[in-house]
Amino acid sequence: MQKIIVADNVSMCFNLASERVDSLKDLLIKKIKFQSCSFDEFWALNNISFSVDKGESCALIGANGSGKSTMLKIISGILTPTKGSVEVNGSIAPLIELGAGFDYELTGRENIFLNGAILGYSKKLMLEKYDEIIDFSELRDFIDVPVKNYSSGMIARLGFSIATMVKPEILVVDEILAVGDQAFQDKCHKRLEDMMNSGTTVLLVSHSAADIKRICQKAVWIDKSNLRFVGNVDEALQLYDKPG
Amino acid sequence: MHIVDSAKRLVKYSWLLQVLVERDLKIRYRRSFLGYLWSVLNPLLMMIILTIVFSNMFRFDIPQYPVYLLAGQLIFGFYSEATSMAMGSILGGAALIKKVYLPKYIFPLSRVISSFTSMLLSMIALFIVIIATDVTFSITIILLPFILVQVLVFCIGMGLLLSVLVVFFRDVQYLYSIFLTAFNYLTPIFYPESLLPEWLRELLVFNPLYNYIKFFRKITVYGQWPTMTEHLICLAFTFCMLVIGLYVFKRKQNDFILYI
Repeated sequence: MQKIIVADNVSMCFNLASERVDSLKDLLIKKIKFQSCSFDEFWALNNISFSVDKGESCALIGANGSGKSTMLKIISGILTPTKGSVEVNGSIAPLIELGAGFDYELTGRENIFLNGAILGYSKKLMLEKYDEIIDFSELRDFIDVPVKNYSSGMIARLGFSIATMVKPEILVVDEILAVGDQAFQDKCHKRLEDMMNSGTTVLLVSHSAADIKRICQKAVWIDKSNLRFVGNVDEALQLYDKPG
Repeated sequence: MHIVDSAKRLVKYSWLLQVLVERDLKIRYRRSFLGYLWSVLNPLLMMIILTIVFSNMFRFDIPQYPVYLLAGQLIFGFYSEATSMAMGSILGGAALIKKVYLPKYIFPLSRVISSFTSMLLSMIALFIVIIATDVTFSITIILLPFILVQVLVFCIGMGLLLSVLVVFFRDVQYLYSIFLTAFNYLTPIFYPESLLPEWLRELLVFNPLYNYIKFFRKITVYGQWPTMTEHLICLAFTFCMLVIGLYVFKRKQNDFILYI
């Protein structure tokens, strides 16, 4: 089986916010007191290693603040790990959180192209997929309205439609499946399943055991920056649910 | 190998650059009745007011004063808008930078290019004034694209540098607006060079914008060819600024995410 993601001894260290130098005054004071600027280190991830096979979908589970999103960011190439390395063999599309990729002054139509360009797609591709995106989002009546007048559900619909219209090899989903009404959620799940059937690897961060079981075969449990378990999803959820 | 990768990435994201520039231009005049016409009207009206104020109150003895003034204003206005907008671009794009992998220079670059586009529109105002007054077009105007591209590249370098500085030290945005005001008065835009004391006039050559504006005025207003020295000075400023901007940006771009 071909590995699509290989994380090898990944560690990530942050300097805590209290020690950050944001202004010249802070820097001067620090220099005068002979303090080092990176004082309080926080290791968000400690020697995490795992791999995901092609076509296999994987969940990242763990309590809030345990490092799941940091791991996702390292995989997506947004953060560079302090130690270790991540190898990714395929294209990645992130499902961007509620409209982070949107400009609220622009209309839905203009945002489809903006968002497509942000995800690195070509103009030709977006022109081809444009109608499909609008149909899937069911927003045809509002497509020329500025996005600032959309409800959060509508924004999520549009975002989901754009990100999943082109089949990436890896889709990163960070806790945003619980948006939209029931009908749309079902539609989202169906689309994810379709994508997975055609070979897309889904990387999911979620706290919903039902979603995780439905989508993933594999789970990675990160607990307080350390890897606790890698393997079968049912086993992982059992261990995770067990108190202590 | 490294250069090939960068070039490929630039091609891949060139459409994003185009979309971002279009967005800036669309938002700028959205819902205003006159729309893009403001890019022409604005400098024109400003010039009329300043001409009335300065040629009546201060009686500067400058030949072709309206064109002299407008030429300086257009270049300085572009510089100040482009660099100020580029400065905040990384912070403004924080939401995206945290979520998606993007070449980060695309944020300052798109801001400078959108300012440049609207400045090109404003150039129409200059031609209107040239035609309306008794300034004659001269063949030297063929150097116009050459100097405009130089100012553009200079602004890209400065924009890259500022966008990095402001990520690490937020004070820079306040300092820079004060700096811009001082810079505005230190550059002969609405007054003649001869007004400055001797020692200050000798220092003017170290002011990049002064050199660009002088070059620009020579070819548009006075129909003279710039000297070799003037060419070299402008090129040197352009080149150095770009290299500094790129170098600082490249060294620091991976740390942005920890500070935004």
